[in-house]
Amino acid sequence: MSRPSLTTACAAMLRRDLTLAWRRRGDIAMPVLYALIVTMLFPFALGPEDTLLQRIAGGVVLVTVLLAMLLALDAMFASDIEDGSLEQLVLAPQPLALMLGMKILAHWLTIALPLIVISPLMAALLHLPAPVIPVLLLALLLATPLLSLLGAVLVALTVGTRRSGMLLALMLLPLCVPAVIFAAGAVAAAQQGLPWLAPISWLGAALVLAVVLAPLACAAALRIALDS
Amino acid sequence: MTAARTVAPLLEARAVSFHRQDEPVFVPLDFQLHTGELALVEGDNGSGKTTLLRMLAGLLHLGAGELLWRGEALQRDLCAGDILFLGHQLGLKADLSPRENLRVATGLHGTRDGTDIASLLAEIGLRGYEDEPVRRLSAGQKKRAALARLAMLPATLWLLDEPYANLDRAGIALVNDMLERHTGAGGAAMVTSHGMVSFHGGEPRRIRMHG
Repeated sequence: MSRPSLTTACAAMLRRDLTLAWRRRGDIAMPVLYALIVTMLFPFALGPEDTLLQRIAGGVVLVTVLLAMLLALDAMFASDIEDGSLEQLVLAPQPLALMLGMKILAHWLTIALPLIVISPLMAALLHLPAPVIPVLLLALLLATPLLSLLGAVLVALTVGTRRSGMLLALMLLPLCVPAVIFAAGAVAAAQQGLPWLAPISWLGAALVLAVVLAPLACAAALRIALDS
Repeated sequence: MTAARTVAPLLEARAVSFHRQDEPVFVPLDFQLHTGELALVEGDNGSGKTTLLRMLAGLLHLGAGELLWRGEALQRDLCAGDILFLGHQLGLKADLSPRENLRVATGLHGTRDGTDIASLLAEIGLRGYEDEPVRRLSAGQKKRAALARLAMLPATLWLLDEPYANLDRAGIALVNDMLERHTGAGGAAMVTSHGMVSFHGGEPRRIRMHG
């Protein structure tokens, strides 16, 4: 009797979550539409003045992406707890943290990646200069997984509480402040022609830390949630 | 004493109990379960049958007492995957078909020797429903899809919480048949049920629970 290798198990887990997301692909479109509509509201509210929109463009895109991700976050473990899949995952002979890491990766691929893909369009709506867009994409590529990982820990901590969506937002948004500062700082620096590598490196460092620690914290929190 | 009895039991509980808000859920239990044995956990509603099984599976922490696995203190990392649990929540994804659900399970646990998904699903009474989303199956068919996971995965100890619920007469016979084959092949099982188990492989051990 041999257990499947970690790679096989990770692939099975990732494939499961991606298939599930594909079966409900309408849900994937919703955060994307939300982000587009919110971005479009800014020119209406502030007036079509180029210089003003350009100045706020980077920050607006970042915050909008963050809020759109928040919308889809509390569903991360909800269905697995409801139908007992999480119990089965805890009892599987694979490291729970790694399997949850795969779930978080699948969540990032289905929620954050579409948002990153449309972010150049959002930036263009706000007249962000084209040369800055690669920096914006880089900042988003580092900041969004960080948010997914932080969010996953908080979702794991708040499972079982009623109205966890609101609680989640209240807990997650303060934790996002450093990510927003560094990501927006990089975009603003690039816009002014200043070096932007330092804030991006900080984001990268935070991401590395979160990749290592967040799945472990998630696993511990979910074990506690089941043990009652 | 026969030779079989000198072998350490697969699972042994010594004064095991569980507390919820400092109240014991059931009276401390002692029992032994050997390979090839079936234990029937009996008790009224609320007597702690589900709690016991969840605790043995490792979902709940051990309240008090001691659990031994093959004669040594039970360590979850060492026997992970060797214990399968089927509870009231079946652990099936409603948007996936029975076949896809089984593929995920075998991807995590591995496959029991000599089984394959297609013939197992046919045998378990889901022929023609292999690729239907679980969401569209009846309660009994869902149960059968969950039972297929037990038959498919390599494990020694099955912990089954009300495996007969929602099943028709043929389904009940199927569960009994699966239990017989599993215990015959060196496995063991603990089953909670409100009676009506007609197990052919000898009289099952009975564990009586008191709330």
